[in-house]
Amino acid sequence: MEQTAPSAPQRIVKARRTLAQNIWRTLKKAPYSAWFGMIVIALYIFVALFAPWIAPYGEAEIVSQVPFDAWSWAHWLGTDQLGRDMFTRLLYGARNTLGIALATTLLAFAIGGGLGIIASIFRGWIDQLLSRAVDTLMAIPQLIFALILLSIFGSSVQNLIIIIAVLDSTRVFRLARSVAMNVVVMDYVEAAKLRGEKLGWILFREVLPNIMPTMIAEFGLRFCFVFLTISALSFLGLGIQPPTADWGSMVRENATLITYNDITPLIPAGAIALLTVAVNFVVDWFLHKTSGLRDEK
Amino acid sequence: MSELEQKLKQATSLAGKGKVSRRDFIQLAMLAGFTAAAGNAMFVKAVRAEPKKGGSARFGLAHGATTDTLDPVGYPDTFTQCAFWGALSNSLTEVDAKGNVVPDLAESYEPSDGAKKWAFKLRKGATFHDGKTVTPDDVVASFRHHMGADSKSAAKSLLDPIADIKADGPETVIFTLKDGSADFPYLVSDYHIPIMPVKDGKSDWQSGVRTGPFVLEKFEPGVSAKFKRNPNYFKSNQPYLDEVEFIAITDVAARTNALTTGDVDWIGRADLKTLELLKRNPNVEILELSGYGHYVLPMNTTMAPFDNNDVRTAIKYAINREEIQKKIFLDHATVANDNPIAKAVKYSIDPEPKYKYDPDKAKFHLKKAGYETLKVDLSVADAAFAGAVDAGVLIKETAAKCGIDINVVREAEDAYWDNVWLKKPWCASYWSGRPTCDWAFSIAYAKDAAWNETYWKNPRFNELLIQARAELDDAKRAAMYGEMQQLVHDDGGTIVLVFNNFVTANSKKLAHGDVAPNWENDGLKIAERWWLA
Amino acid sequence: MHPLLRTVLQRLGLGLITLFVVSLIIFSAIEFLPGDFAKAILGQSATPETVEAFQKEIGLDKPAHERYLNWIGGVLQGDFGSSFSSRVGFRRSVMEIIGPRLLNTLFLAGITALVAIPLALGLGLLAALYRNSIFDRAVNAVTLTTISFPEFFVAYILMLFLAVKFPIFHSLSNVSADMPFFEKLQRTALPVLTLTLVIVAHMMRMTRAAIISLLASPYIEMARLKGVSPGQIILRHALPNAWAPIANVIAFNLAYLVVGAVVVEVVFVYPGIGQAMVDAVRSRDIPVVQACALIFAVTYILLNLLADVISIATNPRLLHPR
Repeated sequence: MEQTAPSAPQRIVKARRTLAQNIWRTLKKAPYSAWFGMIVIALYIFVALFAPWIAPYGEAEIVSQVPFDAWSWAHWLGTDQLGRDMFTRLLYGARNTLGIALATTLLAFAIGGGLGIIASIFRGWIDQLLSRAVDTLMAIPQLIFALILLSIFGSSVQNLIIIIAVLDSTRVFRLARSVAMNVVVMDYVEAAKLRGEKLGWILFREVLPNIMPTMIAEFGLRFCFVFLTISALSFLGLGIQPPTADWGSMVRENATLITYNDITPLIPAGAIALLTVAVNFVVDWFLHKTSGLRDEK
Repeated sequence: MSELEQKLKQATSLAGKGKVSRRDFIQLAMLAGFTAAAGNAMFVKAVRAEPKKGGSARFGLAHGATTDTLDPVGYPDTFTQCAFWGALSNSLTEVDAKGNVVPDLAESYEPSDGAKKWAFKLRKGATFHDGKTVTPDDVVASFRHHMGADSKSAAKSLLDPIADIKADGPETVIFTLKDGSADFPYLVSDYHIPIMPVKDGKSDWQSGVRTGPFVLEKFEPGVSAKFKRNPNYFKSNQPYLDEVEFIAITDVAARTNALTTGDVDWIGRADLKTLELLKRNPNVEILELSGYGHYVLPMNTTMAPFDNNDVRTAIKYAINREEIQKKIFLDHATVANDNPIAKAVKYSIDPEPKYKYDPDKAKFHLKKAGYETLKVDLSVADAAFAGAVDAGVLIKETAAKCGIDINVVREAEDAYWDNVWLKKPWCASYWSGRPTCDWAFSIAYAKDAAWNETYWKNPRFNELLIQARAELDDAKRAAMYGEMQQLVHDDGGTIVLVFNNFVTANSKKLAHGDVAPNWENDGLKIAERWWLA
Repeated sequence: MHPLLRTVLQRLGLGLITLFVVSLIIFSAIEFLPGDFAKAILGQSATPETVEAFQKEIGLDKPAHERYLNWIGGVLQGDFGSSFSSRVGFRRSVMEIIGPRLLNTLFLAGITALVAIPLALGLGLLAALYRNSIFDRAVNAVTLTTISFPEFFVAYILMLFLAVKFPIFHSLSNVSADMPFFEKLQRTALPVLTLTLVIVAHMMRMTRAAIISLLASPYIEMARLKGVSPGQIILRHALPNAWAPIANVIAFNLAYLVVGAVVVEVVFVYPGIGQAMVDAVRSRDIPVVQACALIFAVTYILLNLLADVISIATNPRLLHPR
């Protein structure tokens, strides 16, 4: 006890710094790429949340009598075939695409992450069972399996989220399990077990905080993969269904225009790409920071 | 006609056959008072207009799947139809560019016994690709291939009227029908009934040996089919091309690019959205034809509220067909007026009144039926026709202003024909159309037709259907079919939205005569009828 | 027993069980699909009689477990059965349908791998060597951009520039077996390029990360102190120890080339196996779907096995335990 006393005042000093200050300190040191990424993500989130207020027209509202109206002040990006405003569809597309991708990724992490940690804590037959099940699921090609499942259950938004989340959770499971395996062998987890702590306590207080950085980084990447997957499904005609606006099918519907130098279909594709790049920048920085890697020569 | 004009006319026809040089032709044209440029243009036109032999062409079709086979019980889409019927085979008759039925593998046909008996005389000297002469036995087996209790042919119900077929001598086949049918020669022109050689009493469809203008060289299901000219074809002038290849390109953007880059010379089902832009390409010709095919929204007339004709009429007035025609089909369709018989079909009429979008009339009929407002479900999927879902979105908007609240239900595309069509009270559907009134009505409007999608049972209509079938007097038939079309228009449960146009695009390297509208792609016979310019 | 051999045998055994379960899952999943082959293929023209005749002919009237057992029995004897699109007197075996397409897919995957793997490794190593330089950032930015666009979009853009605007390559990649090798190569150029752009980024980034994470280890520090040049350090000291994660990511991407190229196949009309499988799912041609699923699963299992073997073989501690 006496030995720890000298360091006590120091601790108090540290504790005075609030969480907000801490975050600010970290952010100040972030490179420009990470800043760029964060601003872009914040912008997307803002658009997604407030699309109904920002958008000049309604999502499926028919505002023009002319199909494929040209760009104008009334319709910034022109209109689509049915005479719906493209700019409005783009904004709502952010809402739908991001919302669905986020829900899917969260669900995938809840399932895959949870089971992965459980497998690593219990080991033995539970681990074996889960791991083999995941191996089997991974051996079935994802796109094809999604195709079959979507045909069975119909391609509504809920089904899309659940099916892709379940299929995606296999990869999350693998990662969570391998990272958690390294954590559960640590002395403090053993100690907690010996203390007789409940599973939930071990899971949330001991294991989860220690695998968080890796999982968050993975979350960013998975999130991007999910909406690339959804756009691929939309391309094959099984993704989000009209009249809901989403970027994947907006590109697909107007893809032939590209041949004629009309760049309208480029815009939703650009929106997808910009977000992916932004997320990657942030993840790179985050990984770099938390892993303590030094890149010096 | 002056002497010069006469000479010029002669020269035009000779130019087509390549017997007049451009220089001579232009000189002649200038003598006749034309400028050199106009003369040159006339020469080019003349050369293109006259069919020439030789060369090869590649056709990019919008269909094709790994499940395709040579068996004519299937032939589900334009790939198998164009390749294995149009290029490879012949039926007894065919429909020409004017919509008339003309002999094909048959030389002539003759009805007797009130159109109950039909004698088809086969063309002399017609042979299969392996040199065997076509006999009546081959014809009988080719028809029997689709008939019988365990047949799984899509043409089974089509051939239902046939009571008996038998060979009569070395070159005649006699069909005995259950009831008289004046239109029987049309029926045998169907692409499901190519004539195939008989082997051990059964039709041999596997070998791909047929009678058609082209001989099958290679077939990769879902990829391509390659053919070379049949040197012994019974039409001495056709086909013009030496080699044809059909390529399955289901992605419309890929199809368009393949045409612009010259990887194919022709594409089916051109992209309507970018058609205007494709038109700017100087090397591309776009062909648009209004056919018999139409998009419909059948209402089940036995189910409430559609069992009330005033409700049906109200809905007919609550749809803005012009808007749908313009926005969904981008002006590449013809607005229809709930008459499923296309203008090009014999005995077609244009019934009154016209169902134009009219909220007042819609409300009037709705009130007459005893409704202030109405709430109905409309089941759609793009499996019915491309644009069905978007059409539903538009109809919902216009109908709302008439007091009709339409809930557009988007059904799964897979198994649409199985789970939705003929089951849901109001849905979207598609008909590729038939070349005669009798055929079109028998298949979808007769009281016990398997595909009577509206479950419509109008006594007068069904009475006329039987009478008209056996009637050989043209004027009387015209009157009967006119009355029937009016009945379908006034009382029927089918909303015919538009007749769809066949839009194809081809490189100007290809040339053609008058194009047949009965089916897509020059009556599916593009390989036989087109040539290199 | 040699530890490597033991791992291989163990994995192969597990792989067989996985295959069995996969076939069971796919079979029962398709059983749940609405409609069946007869109705799917006949479409609007399906009447009750024709459907029944069809079902009888392809054996769909038998109960599901019986059909499964018949099928799996055949597979054990190397016979994948007949496609439902066969007719009486005309057997169309599953292998006949997917065989040529499988070869096409392997051709495409092989060529892409030959281009993409050396490229990714080279770029990854160089990026690690010159980390944080302009080169590193540029490579990073470019590869990141290429994976950020949806695949079909990359494909359309390449088609626009390399086939339509500047007609260097063909926009249709409809290769066939009897085509001369070089023509085939030329026809597949655009799909290869698209797939390369899609997979290089992933592999290159992993290579770079694996190398860099090793650079902080003591033995590298040691080599550096000895005065070994940075290039030598990476090639001789870091790379041999980085093979495990690199092999894993390569295996993952190769599996993707075989399985995930459907979109590219559609855009370039390439007759590969993915397209056949999508067709088969749509038309409920169960024997074909089953065979495709098994082929995909085998590919996946073998590639993963290979990656594991590589990581064991390059790691002395695992190769010579204790």
